[in-house]
Amino acid sequence: MSAPSKDDLIDFIYAEARMLDEGRFNDWLALWMPEGHYWMPLDYKQEDPLTTTSFLYEDNFMLRLRVERLEGERTFSQKPKSRCHHVLNRPFVDEYDVDANRFVTNTAMHYVETRLDEQQLLAITATHELTTVDGAIRIANKRVDLLNCDAAFGNIQLLP
Amino acid sequence: MPAYTVETARDLVQGHQVHRDIYTSEEVYRLEMKYLFRNTWVFVGHESQTPNKGDYFTTQVGDQPVIQVRHSDGEIYVLYNRCPHKGTKIAIDRQGNTGKFFRCPYHAWSFKTNGCLLAIPLKKGYQDTSLSETENGQGMKSVGAVKNYRGFIFARLAENGIGFEDFFGDSLSSIDNMVDRSPEGRMQVAGPPLRYMHQCNWKMLVENQTDTCHPMVAHESSAGTAVRLWEEMGNPEPRPAAMQIIAPFMSAYEFFEDIGIRTWPNGHGHTGVKGSIHSDYDAIPGYFEAMKEAYGEERAKAILDENRHNTVYFPNIMVKAPLGQLRNFIPLGANKCLVESYVYHPVGAPKELTARSAMYNRMINAPTSIVGHDDLEMYERAQEGLMTDGLEWVNIQRLYDPDEDFDEEAVENGTTERQMRNQFHAWAKFMHEEPAPAQAEAAE
Ligand code: FES
Ligand SMILES: [Fe+2]
Repeated sequence: MSAPSKDDLIDFIYAEARMLDEGRFNDWLALWMPEGHYWMPLDYKQEDPLTTTSFLYEDNFMLRLRVERLEGERTFSQKPKSRCHHVLNRPFVDEYDVDANRFVTNTAMHYVETRLDEQQLLAITATHELTTVDGAIRIANKRVDLLNCDAAFGNIQLLP
Repeated sequence: MPAYTVETARDLVQGHQVHRDIYTSEEVYRLEMKYLFRNTWVFVGHESQTPNKGDYFTTQVGDQPVIQVRHSDGEIYVLYNRCPHKGTKIAIDRQGNTGKFFRCPYHAWSFKTNGCLLAIPLKKGYQDTSLSETENGQGMKSVGAVKNYRGFIFARLAENGIGFEDFFGDSLSSIDNMVDRSPEGRMQVAGPPLRYMHQCNWKMLVENQTDTCHPMVAHESSAGTAVRLWEEMGNPEPRPAAMQIIAPFMSAYEFFEDIGIRTWPNGHGHTGVKGSIHSDYDAIPGYFEAMKEAYGEERAKAILDENRHNTVYFPNIMVKAPLGQLRNFIPLGANKCLVESYVYHPVGAPKELTARSAMYNRMINAPTSIVGHDDLEMYERAQEGLMTDGLEWVNIQRLYDPDEDFDEEAVENGTTERQMRNQFHAWAKFMHEEPAPAQAEAAE
């Protein structure tokens, strides 16, 4: 199959956000390359995910654990469950390298998460490193920067 | 609601139970800030947050905004973050460098970095006044006393009171063990802390640090699921990092009973006397060699074999010595507590050690942590549940002995709630008027 078009990449970003909003987390996990990391830095413009703390720097095992837990019988913080909602700006395709099978998008979003009487709004920028496997677009790595990363938060339970 | 005074507030603590108002009353919160957090030694920050002259860092001691600053003589001062003129906060950013002096942005009074008044514009306006005789005319006010203990800065707001060593006593052995884990005997703050807001009383968090009967229950959804996933994968080795860090939370009651709890006078104590959930981490290449080089084999082994779990430094921090971590439970109201969780790099150790600690911090202590989520859920449910009038007392009676003496160090079964009782004993002890200078000296 031929390389993805820029529109294919952009459609993929929208479809991923919709999966999260509809709670189709197992479908979402299937989008990932097994070596990929979901990174949410703690520091604005943080460069090192390892030797200083982040909100998230999750490998495949942690992401699976996170998703499994959401459905658990004794997941007390998810009784009742949270819901989330992404509003996306049109993604920029910042890198489009067919030979390297590497594509990078940058997407500004508003992320809303709610549970019981609480609702929070996060302004975020998601950077996706994408690749293809047998013609299907896959997430090689994803980085989510919070605009107010230095603020104190209560629980953020789903995936911005 | 009864009107509490510092005397009547002490009646909220009985040996085996505490009254719920100790968690829910704003009045009690204000008394805690006025007495408990004035009379005790409270954590401020780490010296590596202000390494150079003029470096400052803003935080709170109880509800008091303060500045930790490195003065031109190299010493660290802790000043109230308030202009002596009309009260404007002098520093607003969390950290920075102010050069040789602070300058108030309102009317430009300026102060040396030890707080002393440096200059006032148009000073002749005060010529025939008594400004220089007032407290405000001296400059920014310092807290009562400051101690730099192996890089960790503590402050006592009260001018008079218990000395640092008397207050902490042998509990300092946990900070010692943390710092000794650096081959150079020195820690370095590793980035900003995670900041996690809790709509609950600060004491719930402090109590939870030695609550060994909750992990296998409250964290079953994360730790239990991790164990199950790993088994489904066929128990592959090396274990996924999450298995080393999260799975031990599922340890059985017997494990926690056996590891023990030690309490020290003045409300300090720790879990994990004989090993802990931090004992079974993979070795990091090159680390033991570096420790052996620095301390000799025997001493290096002794340092690394001490794997204390959580050490509570009353009133409001917890230290994890084996991981180089400190959590600061900053009370913002009866039902609001900000938790700041720091990671420190043991200088001279491989950076993989710090990477593991940073991983632990985000897996357990972050607002996005699947472990933290369930803890916060429990605290906030408790804060709401305590509003019921059907029952007014909170029970802390597990392995209670009516004759227990908190002025003696003790090691007990690791599921005891003795450390919680120890904290409340100290709470009542320090909920008092500041001692007069003579009394304070006599007590030393
Ligand atoms: S308030 Fe600071 S100089 Fe006036
Ligand atoms: Fe917990």
